[in-house]
Amino acid sequence: MSQVIQLDGVAKRYDTVGTPALGPLTLSVEKGEALAVTGPSGSGKSTLLNLVAGLDKPTEGAVTVAGQRIDQRSEHALARFRREQIGMVFQFFNLLDDLTVADNIQLPAQLTGTARRKAADRAMELMEVLGIQKHARAYPGRLSGGERQRVAVARALVNRPALLLADEPTGALDTASGQDVRDLLVDLHRGGQTIVLVTHDLALAEACASRTIHLVDGHLALDSRAEAVR
Amino acid sequence: MSLFGTGAFGRVVRSGVGRRRVQTVVIALATMMAVAAAVVAGSLIVASNAPFDHAFAKQQGAHITAQFDPAKANASQLKDTGQVDGVTASAGPYPSTTIHPVDSNGGHLPGLTLVGRSSPDGDVDKLDLKSGRWAAKPGEIVLSASFTGPMLGVGSTLKASDAADSPTLTVVGFATSVSETADAWATPGQVSALGSKDTPVTSQMLYRFDSAGTNGQIAADRKALAAAVPSGALVGTQSYLDTKRAADQGAAPTIPFLVAFGVLGIVMSVIIVSSVISGAVGAGLRRIGILKAIGFTPREVVRAYVAQALIPAGAGIALGVVLGNLLAMPLLEDTEQVYGSASLTVAWWVDVLVPAVALLVVGIAALVPALRAGRLRTVEAIAVGRAPRTGRGQWAHRAAGRLPLPRAVTYGLASPFAHPVRTTAMLLAVAFGTLAATFAVGLTSSLNAVGSASDPEDRAAVTAVSGVPGGAGRGPVPRGDQEPPSADPAKVRAAIKAQPGTASYYGMSRTDVTVAGISGPVDASFYQGDSRPGSYEMISGHWITGAGQVVVPTRFLERTGTKIGDTVRVTLEKDTRTLRIVGEAFDTSNDGLAIHADLGSFPGAEPQVFHIEVKPGVSPADYAGKLAAVVRPLGGDVMANSPSEQENMILILNAMAVLLTLMLVSVAGLGVLNSVVLDTRERVHDLGVCKALGMSPRQTVSLVLASVAGIGVLGGLVGVPAGFALHGFVLPVMGHAGGTNLPPSVLDVYAPWQLALLGLAGITIALLGALLPAGWAARARTATALRTE
Repeated sequence: MSQVIQLDGVAKRYDTVGTPALGPLTLSVEKGEALAVTGPSGSGKSTLLNLVAGLDKPTEGAVTVAGQRIDQRSEHALARFRREQIGMVFQFFNLLDDLTVADNIQLPAQLTGTARRKAADRAMELMEVLGIQKHARAYPGRLSGGERQRVAVARALVNRPALLLADEPTGALDTASGQDVRDLLVDLHRGGQTIVLVTHDLALAEACASRTIHLVDGHLALDSRAEAVR
Repeated sequence: MSLFGTGAFGRVVRSGVGRRRVQTVVIALATMMAVAAAVVAGSLIVASNAPFDHAFAKQQGAHITAQFDPAKANASQLKDTGQVDGVTASAGPYPSTTIHPVDSNGGHLPGLTLVGRSSPDGDVDKLDLKSGRWAAKPGEIVLSASFTGPMLGVGSTLKASDAADSPTLTVVGFATSVSETADAWATPGQVSALGSKDTPVTSQMLYRFDSAGTNGQIAADRKALAAAVPSGALVGTQSYLDTKRAADQGAAPTIPFLVAFGVLGIVMSVIIVSSVISGAVGAGLRRIGILKAIGFTPREVVRAYVAQALIPAGAGIALGVVLGNLLAMPLLEDTEQVYGSASLTVAWWVDVLVPAVALLVVGIAALVPALRAGRLRTVEAIAVGRAPRTGRGQWAHRAAGRLPLPRAVTYGLASPFAHPVRTTAMLLAVAFGTLAATFAVGLTSSLNAVGSASDPEDRAAVTAVSGVPGGAGRGPVPRGDQEPPSADPAKVRAAIKAQPGTASYYGMSRTDVTVAGISGPVDASFYQGDSRPGSYEMISGHWITGAGQVVVPTRFLERTGTKIGDTVRVTLEKDTRTLRIVGEAFDTSNDGLAIHADLGSFPGAEPQVFHIEVKPGVSPADYAGKLAAVVRPLGGDVMANSPSEQENMILILNAMAVLLTLMLVSVAGLGVLNSVVLDTRERVHDLGVCKALGMSPRQTVSLVLASVAGIGVLGGLVGVPAGFALHGFVLPVMGHAGGTNLPPSVLDVYAPWQLALLGLAGITIALLGALLPAGWAARARTATALRTE
């Protein structure tokens, strides 16, 4: 198995005094692995996700994702990296309210310069898979929370990313919708998609993840794979 | 103790101002520029509103300037005339005489009315000392400010006349008398000493009357003065109405120009300030919801938000008044030169009214959205920015999404439709900015065309002077005490014809004629040969092509009630001819009372000057030198002409147009900047999402710039025709104020490529205004933006 994520001694400080928000942390994630990152608020979960997504840069250490060292790249290169290698799903969906469902899903493909027709076909394919094709021309504001999160997942997958990052994907959903999204993530993992899932929800982590790490105060407190080896 | 106290209210206001520093700075800057533009515009409108009347009132100008014979009325009798019925103030008697001074180079100045006054002050005609000081002792002279120039300055010396024993006078200052009571001033003793048999000393009295508004009232006042002194003592009077008429005529053409720019500046200021403030308050709705949730009453919320707008706006207003005054001063000095009036300053009430109105506009602009926010239910206010937005502009996104353009661009193009009011304000700002630029370009071109159209005979490369037959002409005469040239025109013409390098030439003579239907002399220019190179711009008809034809200015047609095709009877000395009007020329000289005819119409007349064009490659200076070697022995003279310099007023108006345009365009750019800052701030979360999905910094910049590009294009499409129309309206009004129609060369100044370029001004203003926030949006940290609600 090849590594999709490799963190070597990564630390992130937001100010010059005090302890770092994250790390130093060394961690690798294999291709096809579904990693759940758990921990209390302020433990560094979102910081870890931002570093892996190239949304933030570490204060020290090296971040390698999909074989590319991303911690020293320019903003422009990081944007290209994100659109080609990363799909992101957020707690509050982060759909663009003034675009239709289909347009939201196509957006990352269009940013890469994919032909309009091809992007539309890919979006339709994903909508069919996720069961939201009837909402293609609707606006996100008219959808339920579960439907919106399905749209967000479709958008995250449109460019066939090497890595899917999900930040509390069920945190804003009711129980039924949460279950839908959980099933969806399980299916994606079974299909071979590498996933990093940040969540407070231990049940979600247990259901979706092949491996779980627990962060406390920015440090790795538990790694289920290491436990298993031990 | 701070202005807003140390309690919760004060903290909310201070943190609101401090936290949104960009917004605070933009509000202050936009308000400052808008107020500065309004102060400048207001001052210019005030200055252009009856400048003579204002300056006359400020100086307590003399309604009647009277000259008395001191032999028939002594000083006591003259002082008593101050008690005549209707006189409200008087000054004098001052000794007065006429001198014909000679400068240090031997050049003769025109005859000057010299008045002896011990100080520039007085109950009437309080002179405005422009530079230097007042004459304190004999040998010192203060000149009218109209003589200021490179040849004459403080410290220059003049001889009182060209007589060998004439005293030397040192120029110690320059002063302005709006009533034009004198051309120069000296101590009373000096003036009395300069009197002679030819230039006797008279006594000058200056009067103000309670009724002096009409010629009839002035005549009655004059009659009362004459009756108050011994018979024959009153030797002459000058009415301020004549001075006012001449001054108003000089100022009139500039007034529509200044009013147009002034109104533009004020309208733009109101639009920008309103949109900046209302946008800033409207953008704080969520914070308002939080304040209400923690216990602020609606009234406290309204007060807090109005106060938050007033702090930076107040600072901007104060700075704007200072900046406006600083910018207005040089413009008013220029205006003063144009009007020939006394010191113009920013009227105190402009400095009070503009900030007061600005505060009112800011208050209202802040109050309306603040009241709306105050009335908003707390849960609704908190939901702003988190709850899905209303469907405004979704259709635009659908439509733009179909355009064959990059997605970042189409997304940006559709954005303005989400905020129709803000977009309208931005559109107005861009349209007004483009309008100002279009108007200014047209005006500058027109003024330059006016300059080029004036004195066409000056366009000749070389001028040869043959002479002044009978001494009646007004052709170019060398300065100083040299004798004017006098050569046989036929011999000069033959010399020009024989001179290698001559391309073409025509003869010209200028003299006074009388025209049936016009009292007094009319300035006549007669041409011999092919005079087309020296022809005036034609408003209608054509230039003279032979004897029996005459071309006249607009005012001539108006005064004589004639039109092209009619005939006029023109008398030169004793020779009367009937000439047919073949054209209306753009000629404002001599108040439009001028004619241009062929010299052949009056066989006895001879040319005084010849205007010569040289062949390509021939140096005019070399040509003039060689021709002079032939013509000077004949008694004539030759000179190469330097390119004519533009008139002072045209240069001043050009400078004004450029400065005012820059100010208005800056205000428009700030309006765009503010709107884009608000928009970017509101959409920072969406931009963060886009960046998280892989939108590059360049694509982010494209998105933000595209969001104003459509507005810029539309603003240009609205602003250019509006500026074109304003130019088409103002120029003829300026022309009529100056007593003339305008030729196509002055009116039709816009080339199609210029209009196309000006159309780009709209998008340029919009893009420049959006560039800064676009950069901020591109650099904003994605993780931070995603956390922003």
